[in-house]
Amino acid sequence: MTVELLSANHGAALAATLAARANRKGRGFCSGVYPITPSTECMEYLCQQKIEKGRVIKVESEHSAMGVCIGAAAAGARSFTATSSNGLAYMFENCIAAAMLRLPVVIAVANRTLGPPWNIWADHSDALTLRDHGLIQFYCADNQELFDTVLSAFRLAEDKRVMMPAMVNMEGFILSHTVAQTNIPDQAQVDDFLPLTDIPHRLGDVPHTLGQIEVPHQTEVHRWQHHNAMLDVPKVYAEIQKEFEGVFGRSLHDIVVPYRADDAETLIVSMGTIGVTAERAVDMLRAEGKRVGSLRVRLFRPLPTDAIRAHYAGKKRIAVIDRNISLGLGGILWSETRALADPGAVVQSYMAGLGGGDVRPEHIVKMLGDLEPRKIAGPPAMMEAV
Amino acid sequence: MNEPALCGMAQTELDRAEPLFRKGNTNCGGCGMSITLQMLRHAVAQRQVQFIVPACCGAVAGGAFPQSTFGVPTLMTTFACAPAAASGIASVAALNGEDLRTIILAGDGGTFDIGFASLSAAAERNEDILYICYDNEIYGNTGGQRSSATPAGAVTTNTPEGKVEQKKDILAILAAHRIPYAASVSLAHAEDTLRKMRYALDQKGFRFLHVLSPCPTGWKSEPALGLELVRLAVRSGLFPVYEIFDGKRHVVNIEPDFSDEALNMYLSLQRRFQKSGLTAADLRPAIDRYWQNLRSLSGRIVPARRDA
Ligand code: SF4
Repeated sequence: MTVELLSANHGAALAATLAARANRKGRGFCSGVYPITPSTECMEYLCQQKIEKGRVIKVESEHSAMGVCIGAAAAGARSFTATSSNGLAYMFENCIAAAMLRLPVVIAVANRTLGPPWNIWADHSDALTLRDHGLIQFYCADNQELFDTVLSAFRLAEDKRVMMPAMVNMEGFILSHTVAQTNIPDQAQVDDFLPLTDIPHRLGDVPHTLGQIEVPHQTEVHRWQHHNAMLDVPKVYAEIQKEFEGVFGRSLHDIVVPYRADDAETLIVSMGTIGVTAERAVDMLRAEGKRVGSLRVRLFRPLPTDAIRAHYAGKKRIAVIDRNISLGLGGILWSETRALADPGAVVQSYMAGLGGGDVRPEHIVKMLGDLEPRKIAGPPAMMEAV
Repeated sequence: MNEPALCGMAQTELDRAEPLFRKGNTNCGGCGMSITLQMLRHAVAQRQVQFIVPACCGAVAGGAFPQSTFGVPTLMTTFACAPAAASGIASVAALNGEDLRTIILAGDGGTFDIGFASLSAAAERNEDILYICYDNEIYGNTGGQRSSATPAGAVTTNTPEGKVEQKKDILAILAAHRIPYAASVSLAHAEDTLRKMRYALDQKGFRFLHVLSPCPTGWKSEPALGLELVRLAVRSGLFPVYEIFDGKRHVVNIEPDFSDEALNMYLSLQRRFQKSGLTAADLRPAIDRYWQNLRSLSGRIVPARRDA
């Protein structure tokens, strides 16, 4: 184990490199990459690594980047790519193909606003467009967490009970370009932690066709199997957490991260780096004697409804802060989780930090000032409107 | 396809017992892609191959889960990324020291149009892929719309008056990528076809075969006349059959007789040309210009190549 100063982008690439090398005794590693701000440093770093039995292919588009990953995984190799925003949108079709073909590609996404009009700063709206298509989605809040999650995502995605792509999200610049000390395990530890990639339906010697035509009831069966495999993710992840602790001697983050939430009356719910800011806001409000807590949702697909419901139980007021907007509806995390609260609870949608705007503790305090007197939830609100 | 193809001259017991393209497929009768696959089967012989098929008639022909029409491991990809996916497959095979031929089977829409960027990039990287484009000059499985491979004058479902623009010169474009091997293939000349398939199978790097693939459904032609149409296209000079090595050396494989009679026959046997009323006289100047250029590129007049 060493400690290195790394940006989150570089951390994600290093985690992928270690995972790639860990498969050198298996079918190796192959990845397609294409640059886009603010994800570019991730692919640059990957391209600078020596990977035994590995190849990183520099393609002409994100669509082809995922195309390479699909081919590589269909041939039984470990695979990874990184992108952002419009790059992810351009990759969209092949992300779905990778999911439907049940290929365990890991994707590091530096979340960025979709355009034009061009805006290169953080926004979760890019990754959330892929929420319905059978890819696991994690949202991270700091460098170490991102590194650990990327590494674990390989194990999770490649687990035979799961077998599907996994996206690991970090907000562009806010996290992707933040440099922090990161614990980096030795290759031998990673070799211990990650079994060799074994994709049972990979192309081999026996003639069979991947991705061919299906009739309606076959599609229903396959979607249902995929859905149920997704529902297994929290269970499999819990096993991986134990393994992780055993091998690396430190813990892997839970799928949801509560903070001073148990005795809270009011809960702030968010994803990504806003969750850390929310914890500072909680401390400020607790100092004033307010019973406030925070819940950071790390795993968004599958949505850990049981864990979220357990933390929503008994809360009178819940502020869900989204760094995204489903136009015509409101915050996506809010719309997906509001039904999990107790009857009568006020679950209010706040959208903040869209297009990369700074979200500071005082902003969150202001939102709670707006929430406190409410007897019923109002329409979703933008931070500026509070 | 139990009928011995190639006049019984070439098909082996193995070809019949283990076809690349199995019985019960959904291709239209007389489809050039079916013939291409029977020829390819014979050329492949004992070599280990895998198919990558983007959306095209070939993706439909692959059949419905869980049966497979293709007799080799096959990956169906999205429309625009077969060369990228094939790059992944070929790379993993190379990393594992496997002697595998990665073959893309794609239509003209996936090659000339939507997959063009991915194709160009894979050619630029000189990936170890054999790309076979069966060019039926139309979007076949969507019901017959124009592509950039559709020749001027052809009526399609979205060019009811006949297409105005010329067909893209895909071979010249591929040659400009300086790939090791690019060739046009006439299914009506079995020996030349097989020789090229075998040669292409055994080269390293990016190889491209452009097959003029009769499509009775889109061409509005008699299914039994497919190979005859190809023969007429070759004889008249409309479809030049040649090969390009490393983007430099051009070799003409079949010498046409530039017969206007053949050209008129080619046009009149396909209802897609009826409306525009094209005749040999309309096409001849462009054909002459093309051949003038081809002669200067090849540097000599080469008679039809005969295999031993
Ligand atoms: S539409 Fe044309 S290319 Fe497609 S299967 Fe029918 S004949 Fe073949």
